[in-house]
Amino acid sequence: MGSLTGAQIFVESLYKEGVETIFGYPGGAVLPIYDVLYDAKFEHIMPHHEQGGIHAADGYARSSGKVGVCIATSGPGATNLVTGLATAYMDSVPIVAFTGQVPRAMLGTDAFQEADITGITTPITKHNYLVQDVKELSRIIKEAFHIARTGRPGPVLIDIPKDVLQEEAEFVYPDNINLPGYKPNYDGHELQIKEAAKAINQSKNPVIYSGGGVIISEASNELRKLSKKGNIPVTTTLTGLGAFNERDKLSLGMLGMHGTTEANLAISNADLLIAIGARFDDRVTGRLDSFAKDAKVIHIDIDPAEVGKRKIVDIPIVGDVKRILTVLNKMVDKKDRKKWLALIDNWRKLDEMSHAKKDKKKLSPKEIIEAIDELTKGEALITTEVGQHQMWAAQFYKYTKPRSFMTSGGLGTMGYGFPAAVGVQVANKDSIVFALAGDGSFQMNVQELATVAKNKLPLNIAIFNNGYLGMVRQWQEMFYDRRYSSVCLKMQESCPPGCSSPGDHCPVTTPDFVKLAEAYGIKAKRITKAEEIRPALEEAINSPQPYLLDFIIEEEENVFPMVPPGGSLDNMVLKEEE
Amino acid sequence: MKHTVSVLVANESGVLARIASLFSRRGFNIESLSVGRTDNDDISRITLVVEGNDRVLEQLTKQLNKLIVVYKISDLTQESVVGRGLALIKVKATATTRSEIMQIVDIFRGKIVDVSTDSVMVEITGDEDKITAIEELLRPFGIKELVRTGKIAMARGKK
Repeated sequence: MGSLTGAQIFVESLYKEGVETIFGYPGGAVLPIYDVLYDAKFEHIMPHHEQGGIHAADGYARSSGKVGVCIATSGPGATNLVTGLATAYMDSVPIVAFTGQVPRAMLGTDAFQEADITGITTPITKHNYLVQDVKELSRIIKEAFHIARTGRPGPVLIDIPKDVLQEEAEFVYPDNINLPGYKPNYDGHELQIKEAAKAINQSKNPVIYSGGGVIISEASNELRKLSKKGNIPVTTTLTGLGAFNERDKLSLGMLGMHGTTEANLAISNADLLIAIGARFDDRVTGRLDSFAKDAKVIHIDIDPAEVGKRKIVDIPIVGDVKRILTVLNKMVDKKDRKKWLALIDNWRKLDEMSHAKKDKKKLSPKEIIEAIDELTKGEALITTEVGQHQMWAAQFYKYTKPRSFMTSGGLGTMGYGFPAAVGVQVANKDSIVFALAGDGSFQMNVQELATVAKNKLPLNIAIFNNGYLGMVRQWQEMFYDRRYSSVCLKMQESCPPGCSSPGDHCPVTTPDFVKLAEAYGIKAKRITKAEEIRPALEEAINSPQPYLLDFIIEEEENVFPMVPPGGSLDNMVLKEEE
Repeated sequence: MKHTVSVLVANESGVLARIASLFSRRGFNIESLSVGRTDNDDISRITLVVEGNDRVLEQLTKQLNKLIVVYKISDLTQESVVGRGLALIKVKATATTRSEIMQIVDIFRGKIVDVSTDSVMVEITGDEDKITAIEELLRPFGIKELVRTGKIAMARGKK
């Protein structure tokens, strides 16, 4: 191909990796890249903040299974990627992020827009590179994509000095990868799988605890087979939602702090816990020493460091979930486990207590999400921010397929969901996409309304507007004596100090989201009455344009059930104190 | 318990920073660390002494293994190994004490590598206990300055 500049090599290498879409924001250090992109064949989506760009790349990756690609310039452009990288790292999302860097001769001199981004991102990337020589660029890009998408996936950052982008070299895309320090293990240990099958066949009360790893490994079918064959109930983590059809009788829904009663009690009473592609996060386990305390534990995961990290495991199996389940399923006996399933059905009735209809003036978030669920038959692609609406989205939407729920589980990033929905819609042009948001979270990356408008993405944005940072308010209500400190989004100087009684007298200082959307040229509607919910949703769904719905919900609605922080899963608060 | 861990890593810039970052982030305590290249120019060896029980060591090993730049990790604690450190000790010495100091250094098979009117510099190699022992014996004379390397270690025999 002759000699190419670094920027041209960048583009050619991305073609070789099959990249179709890039989320990027230009700037001084990446000017050479943008000059080549002018003629390149990528779909280039420009966010309105680099954080929006990387979250969009994340949503693109989670919903499609492909590697998300984003570009930012040096210095502040690069540091704006930090939260997005940490989000992707915690939830094992494959991303390759490219950042510009000051020319090599100026490295370390505190040059204009210089930041040590490889140093900054070392603890929040699977790996990162500073390209010192244009001859290494194509090899590094190939390695980065390989590292990002294989093993336990994760974000990889490549920092490229501007003069490397301008320098020329022969373009050769390597055929092979030589990484002696990176050899993920895919096939589980055969004897361990046999041990696991034996334990499953002997178990009376087994539970499958299924995490995001099942989705990443594309192992939903294998999970269903295991569950059906042995009549083993399945609970999923927040990031695992969708791996198992929640309309199935064997589904227990989500477990953990805001998990269902049946899931948490099943875990607490199980004699065997089958953890698959999950990592015993503290929001899942509650008090660790009482988590599945009577159960033997099988842990299947591709990352050996997750096995035994928090919970001591009886039968560890390190490898790819799909491959391991395929082997395991052949050894598992058919069983009906009627007694165990009947016991679980009783617990399901308890869970209904947490969601009993209350007589309240304003909208119930449950009703809204259930209406979305019905109208989209559980097949919409849902993204969320972080907080109460996130938990309601997890509880009340019945996910039917993998890669349909995109949420920041590990890092808990407010400001993730709306920009992520941009990436989800770009990757799934014909799908119905819903960005669910709280009125607090939505404002963290609200500038992406411009991206949505510009690209005419037919996104549906639903804001659960309660005038509060609802989840923090709930904790202040339950554990801090109702002292509402800095959680009211409407609070003004004229308000009584320490006010904890919201109502119609409150000033309106959060933006008028309808007007805000309209300012960007996006259709919007405010919904205050229950009978308006469905018609408004139908209109938004059927509209080929983006649509924002501002649902005014009950101010002090809480998320239940709830395991108080540090408590045991079998010790749930089921509902509001009367 | 103390563990000696030998880590083979890529000999490239930033590797030590990655390892140090991992240790501080995950809360592992490094007691000593030494780095040098091996017989292969592309590979360096880091020898670490860390404090922790078996579970801590297991996590540390697994987390280190996740770094792309880490090639191989061996725990040299259980094995029959030769472990060595080096110390340079500057001790106050007068005409009257100098010969006594030299005797001690001789017993420990150390070397006097520098002499001045009021001090001598002692070079000593050996395992940790030996270096600590001579340090204690020299202390009454007055230690002006002391520098110790981290431990390096190698398994005995065919390995």
